[in-house]
Amino acid sequence: MAQHRTPARDLALIAVFAGITAALGLIPAFYTPFSPAPITAQSFGIILAGAVIGGRRALLSQLLFIALVALGLPLLAGGRGGIGVFASPTVGFLVGYVVCAGVIGWFTFRKGAPYSIAWGLLINVLGGMVLMYAFGIIGMMAVAKLSFPAAILANLPYLPGDTIKVVAATLIARGVHAAYPGLLPWRGTKVEDAPSEKVEA
Amino acid sequence: MQSTLGLYQPGTSVFHRAPAGAKLLALVVLGAASVFLTYWWLVLGLIAVLLGAYTVAGIGPRTILRQVRPLLWLLAFTAAYHVWATGWQRATVVAGTIVLLVLAAALVTLTTPTTRLVDAVVRVLGPFRRWGVDPDRIGLLLTLGIRCVPLVADLAAQVREAQIARGTGTSWKAFAVPLIVRALRDADAMGEALVARGVDDD
Repeated sequence: MAQHRTPARDLALIAVFAGITAALGLIPAFYTPFSPAPITAQSFGIILAGAVIGGRRALLSQLLFIALVALGLPLLAGGRGGIGVFASPTVGFLVGYVVCAGVIGWFTFRKGAPYSIAWGLLINVLGGMVLMYAFGIIGMMAVAKLSFPAAILANLPYLPGDTIKVVAATLIARGVHAAYPGLLPWRGTKVEDAPSEKVEA
Repeated sequence: MQSTLGLYQPGTSVFHRAPAGAKLLALVVLGAASVFLTYWWLVLGLIAVLLGAYTVAGIGPRTILRQVRPLLWLLAFTAAYHVWATGWQRATVVAGTIVLLVLAAALVTLTTPTTRLVDAVVRVLGPFRRWGVDPDRIGLLLTLGIRCVPLVADLAAQVREAQIARGTGTSWKAFAVPLIVRALRDADAMGEALVARGVDDD
């Protein structure tokens, strides 16, 4: 049997954060004056999963989310779902959801407690935007056979919205760690040993 | 639960009755074969065949359109790019293949209940047991995940009401932080319930 079994509490955290990304997709998209592309709340879920529950659990939670979408639940923003999403040009972003949540989580938990806005912002911009766009652009080039500049052009409208989201997600993550201490490890301790009362700096 | 959450459209057509595993396999084969679709008329022909299949399955154009509509602007961009870069034939092949695969996959999703797809996944994962994959645990996780969607949506509604009651209006932080914290508490309770049911045993 598996050597690295995921404990029951982790299973629950993974399922709940898959649910959070899904529920955020139900919030209707809204428009900003800066760009023609709608802002959806869904990508909050990816960054928050990483910043709140850490690499492995965050990665698995977003993998679960994608699996639920593939199984036919209409959970992607706009009510899309089904295996068809993997044939669409946006498939790169779906792969990005999983990897980026894992990367953000790994770095956030490596930095440990207390959660700092500056580090959080840096990690979330690199993981939630730079890496995410890299996956998205590769996906568009592969599926829609777009050239590299054309794929970048297709993504440009999303840039202002994503910038706002990364900043907001970082502030939310800080609020969550302040209100629910004990998730982030303190330097030199394991997650389980982390003191539970002395976060919030 | 599927009737409210899933995309499944009940029916008795040949597509509804086909086993979930066979449908998934057909989809994988079509996906792999799509690389060899290089003639525009072939792509359009296959789309026509698929639309015929939708008629057989008794699924109306509105349901079909709902699956394709969010893709439209990206498809238009892709088609325009290829018309400009190579020509309309290539544009038809690239955009058409995307529509074809999305329609084929949607047909599987629309004619198969989610629970049967979960069962098929658990069965397919069986042989991976020797590499440490635990199909039953993955099945449990999928079921938990399906349950968590309405759970978090309910939490969101409660937090929203509390927010209005406290007069914090439209502050997104006063919404998101309590939502995540309550979700974390629910996860703790769920974890305890799973342990109580022996999930961490054996």
